[in-house]
Amino acid sequence: MMPAAATLPPRAASRSLNAKVEPINGFKTVPVGDGYQLASTRMALCQALYEEMKRDERVFVMGEEVAEYNGAYKVTKGLLEEFGAKRVIDTPITESGFAGLAVGAAMTGLRPVIEFMSWNFSFPAFDQIISNASKMCYMTGGMFPIPLVMRGPNGAGPRVSSQHSHAVEALYAHFPGLIVISPSNPYDAKGLLKSALRQSNPVCFLENEMLYNFEQEIPTAEYLVEIGKGHIARAGKDCTIVAISRCVHWAMEAATELAGLGIECEIVDPRTIKPLDIELIATSVRKTSRLVVVEECYQTGGVGAEIAAQIQERCFDDLDAPVGRVTTTENPMPYAANLEHETLPKPHRIVAAVKKACYL
Amino acid sequence: MPTTTDTIGAATGSTAGTRAGDDVLYRVDAKKVRAEIGKDRLIAMFKKMLLIRHFEERADQNYKAKKIAGFLHLYIGQEAVATAFYDHLSPGRDYTVTSYRCHAQALLSGLDPKELMAELFGKVTGNVRGKGGSMHFFSKEKGMLGGHGIVGGQIPVGTGAAFTAKYLGTGGVSVTFLGDGASPQGTFHESLNMAGLWRLPAIYLIENNLYGMGTACSRAVAVKNIAAAKAPGYNLASFTYDGLDLYASWKVAQEAIALARRNEPVLIEAKTYRYRGHSVSDPALYRSKEELAQYQALDPIERIKADLIAEKWLSADEAERINEETLERIQAAVAFSDESPEPPLSELSRHVFAEEPNR
Ligand SMILES: Cc1ncc(C[n+]2csc(CCOP(=O)(O)OP(=O)(O)O)c2C)c(N)n1
Ligand SMILES: [Mg+2]
Repeated sequence: MMPAAATLPPRAASRSLNAKVEPINGFKTVPVGDGYQLASTRMALCQALYEEMKRDERVFVMGEEVAEYNGAYKVTKGLLEEFGAKRVIDTPITESGFAGLAVGAAMTGLRPVIEFMSWNFSFPAFDQIISNASKMCYMTGGMFPIPLVMRGPNGAGPRVSSQHSHAVEALYAHFPGLIVISPSNPYDAKGLLKSALRQSNPVCFLENEMLYNFEQEIPTAEYLVEIGKGHIARAGKDCTIVAISRCVHWAMEAATELAGLGIECEIVDPRTIKPLDIELIATSVRKTSRLVVVEECYQTGGVGAEIAAQIQERCFDDLDAPVGRVTTTENPMPYAANLEHETLPKPHRIVAAVKKACYL
Repeated sequence: MPTTTDTIGAATGSTAGTRAGDDVLYRVDAKKVRAEIGKDRLIAMFKKMLLIRHFEERADQNYKAKKIAGFLHLYIGQEAVATAFYDHLSPGRDYTVTSYRCHAQALLSGLDPKELMAELFGKVTGNVRGKGGSMHFFSKEKGMLGGHGIVGGQIPVGTGAAFTAKYLGTGGVSVTFLGDGASPQGTFHESLNMAGLWRLPAIYLIENNLYGMGTACSRAVAVKNIAAAKAPGYNLASFTYDGLDLYASWKVAQEAIALARRNEPVLIEAKTYRYRGHSVSDPALYRSKEELAQYQALDPIERIKADLIAEKWLSADEAERINEETLERIQAAVAFSDESPEPPLSELSRHVFAEEPNR
């Protein structure tokens, strides 16, 4: 990768966007001075698409409602106006069809971005993603790499129940040949999406509906975030928490509460699930001797299961407690608010898991 | 409409053994078309069909000798279909993609029988370094996009290639080959709809060999003439023709490709037949000896050979010499494959991801 090292780190939003007077969508963010712009995750993603489409004619965006409707979640707002119907393309409801079309387009010299309205709707396209996108480079002896970005919201939406609440990190990370990215904030979302568009492997880019409105101040200057590199979202000495996407925010809440009890958590945001920055996690665990993994996938075969396995291989003698896992409980997502709350890996469950790891 | 039956899955009118689709069949005057093709081109197609036939017969032998393993789906009997289409295509500008039954398309794309046979032998000198086998032949240079093992999985890929051609304005077309058994798949219908909607330079060519594995087409597909029935529903042009007849195949290919070059997508059904089982492990007990014999009497290679001799474009001796030379070429490919090394173990983890990921 070529991480044009960011000139500036992201910083917390000093004020919130005003939806009435400022565009909350699209690539036109709000400059706030000092080389920063105020952006939601949604805007940061749109800006990444905008910049990469400007940069490379071969990039096009395709999916259900991405053009005239500006995207079901408005991530592609303004792109049709800017690039025209040739490059921003509304499809029929035909996931298997357009995912496969994108594989063919990638094999023949284009760099498609397809939007799954949500990753729940990637399942009709599963065969195209697995049998075609993920295998093509290998089974052609390297002849046909697939530069394809598949993106869309992942994880539980608000009260949308069982069929619309899947977190697919572990599912897609299972297959060699796919890169899986799951960012937790606008800065990473933009930098990683740009990096995804500049490499030649199929990428599952997992956004989170609940983070689309999360705002940050990010550099106005162009930057990339390297695929496969995690970062420390919060430094601490007592217990490592690896948290993914939306769970980073829940882990932050839990860490604040735990700090009140004298427990300082270190939060690692891997940002990329595959390839996984296991060394960053191992380094943190060697310092804290404790690990809790928080994710929206299910526990069986989840990302936490993989991290726990890799950490016991690397840090067996460093661990003072078994690795804890806080995941979506093993049931389809229920509709009832209270049940949904208990199903998700919310802060109260993270606090309990960290306390257990600390024998409290 | 087919007659209704009480049981789902009961035959709704057998097509086996009859020339289904006679009512919609595209008819050609063989003499006229032969004159249009001309001597040199017809001899070239004859040679290509022979190359495919010998390649596959030798592959079959080597399978039985345990040099080749896994699946091996032979195209024997269907050669006139792909051969005629490739005669009108320009590999490199145009794209083709097919199912696991992909040996002919790879050879017709211009790939060397050596690298293809070596792939069957699982050698590192193979077309895809021994990683694909019989079902996965590819060529980036020739625009041959595989070789796909999932029934119907290649159809959106071909659609994507047509999309690229239109997007880049190359004037290229894509030809997607599929079986009758693939036509009930969702990918087929999704692709036809997109091609019809976006006016893609796409041709979908159903090679109806009457069976999907052991299931007669009439037990799997609700209509007798797939292209004729489905094309109007997706705003595609359509052709139905006798796929054992090289002349009909050549003429349909010519017209269909001309349409596709003008962004008129086309759905074609070639009524053809495979002489072997579905794969080499299939004894094909679901069909009668009489049925097979009926189609073998129509062998496209034998018929073209007879025509070439009758026209005095080739003498019987010359035809035999071509046959011998082709066989020798295939034998050399077998020897090459035998002598080639297996892939080194370092290949195991190679190409999971692109080796030059940053472009
Ligand atoms: C999705 C899927 N289902 C089932 C199979 C197993 N299978 C392989 S070939 C085949 C028959 C396909 O028949 P058809 O499309 O007519 O092609 P033909 O083999 O006759 O060329 C089946 C069922 C498969 N490979 N993929
Ligand atoms: Mg068939």
